[in-house]
Amino acid sequence: MMSALKCMFFGLLLLVAVPAFTQTGSASKTTASSEQQSKDKEVHVAQQRDGQKVFEQNCSRCHSTPQGFSPNISGTVVRHMRVRAGLSKEDEQAVLRFLNP
Amino acid sequence: MMCLFPDFKGCLPSRRIGAVLLLGLSCIATSVMAQDTPLLSGGLGFFTNTTGGSTTYQPILTPLLAAPIGQHILVESRANVLETLSPEGNGQGYNHSTFLGLSYLQGDFIANPHVTLVGGYFLIPFGTYNERLSPIWISNLDAPLIFGIGTMVNASGTGGMVRGNAFSRENVSVSYAAYFSAGSTSKEFQSQRSSGGQTSVYFPKKGLEIGASYGRLLEQKQSNAVGAHVWWEPINSPLRLRSEYAHGPHSQGYWAEVDYRLSQIHGGESVIGRLEPIFRLQQTFRNAPDPSDGLPPVNTQRVDFGLAYHLPHEVRINTTYARQFSSTGNVNIWETSVVYRFLFPAWRGK
Repeated sequence: MMSALKCMFFGLLLLVAVPAFTQTGSASKTTASSEQQSKDKEVHVAQQRDGQKVFEQNCSRCHSTPQGFSPNISGTVVRHMRVRAGLSKEDEQAVLRFLNP
Repeated sequence: MMCLFPDFKGCLPSRRIGAVLLLGLSCIATSVMAQDTPLLSGGLGFFTNTTGGSTTYQPILTPLLAAPIGQHILVESRANVLETLSPEGNGQGYNHSTFLGLSYLQGDFIANPHVTLVGGYFLIPFGTYNERLSPIWISNLDAPLIFGIGTMVNASGTGGMVRGNAFSRENVSVSYAAYFSAGSTSKEFQSQRSSGGQTSVYFPKKGLEIGASYGRLLEQKQSNAVGAHVWWEPINSPLRLRSEYAHGPHSQGYWAEVDYRLSQIHGGESVIGRLEPIFRLQQTFRNAPDPSDGLPPVNTQRVDFGLAYHLPHEVRINTTYARQFSSTGNVNIWETSVVYRFLFPAWRGK
């Protein structure tokens, strides 16, 4: 009888503990993923800023920024600029990220 | 005149170019990535020029095609289609002439981060105007008087070029270009036999660029041309200072231009912020007659006062007053233009 009670007690404890433990895990996972997301966002914003800087320091020296164009041609625009403006490969990537966030 | 593939004999030159472009585009269409759809860009403009009381009108279309192939190749071309209406000598009516020509039609192979190989019909890399400022949707003023020095008569070459970014850091960037043109007498690709190159050092944090150009004409008469340019565009400021000097076998000269977009007054989209005053001073000196270099036959000074207004939807209106001084007579030059710049995919991408 006692062993049956012990089993029930540990069973209940397990039932309570497991979800609680799991919840703590998922909560910590949620916190980690939101931290990662905000970090990614910061990196993305920084990359955008870098791309804008490269655009202003190179492309805008001769012509104004085109007032919007299809994202389908952003790679072509940047490759054209790489040849014409002598952009480095890194600058090409930065401008591409700026034009095609 | 009928013109059928594959026999090009007897075709109009423009049709031949069109056929080659179409064939190239159809090949490219099969291997296009999402961001790498070929593009059509360019400018559509209407220009008027009144020099010494005589007015000419010029509607111009300047289409540009850029089509990437794979990860390393870009095929690009720019053409000019223009109609010139100029007054007849007796003052009765107007003459008109049509011009259709290529500025360039080239293939670029990006070999590595520092080297791009160019082959075909390309713009001569001398000074800054020819390669950077000549498109009608970019330039605020017409070609400078020294444009003919170093650009080898046609401003384009037929052959090969090596160019790229030799060195790039946060504080400094070095670009270069070296070319050889075999020359061509073909109507579409007119060019001289020549060679030359250009190098420039750019300091991004200062907005300062210093460059030098060299060109050698390799025709029966061989001659050298040298040039230098300084551009200063302070960071976070709409001020632009550009200048260039060129020395040819029989003439030399310089131009210096300053422009300031009033975007710091209520922003670039405000009524005032769309205005851009421009001033250019230029001077040429001749030491021997040479009608082939395109410079004025006598020493000349010129000042240009321009005003550009940037309308929405990529439309710009320009108006310029220039006064040109020389021993053959002083003249007033009035120019007005309206230019629309377009940029869209050549076809719908995936």
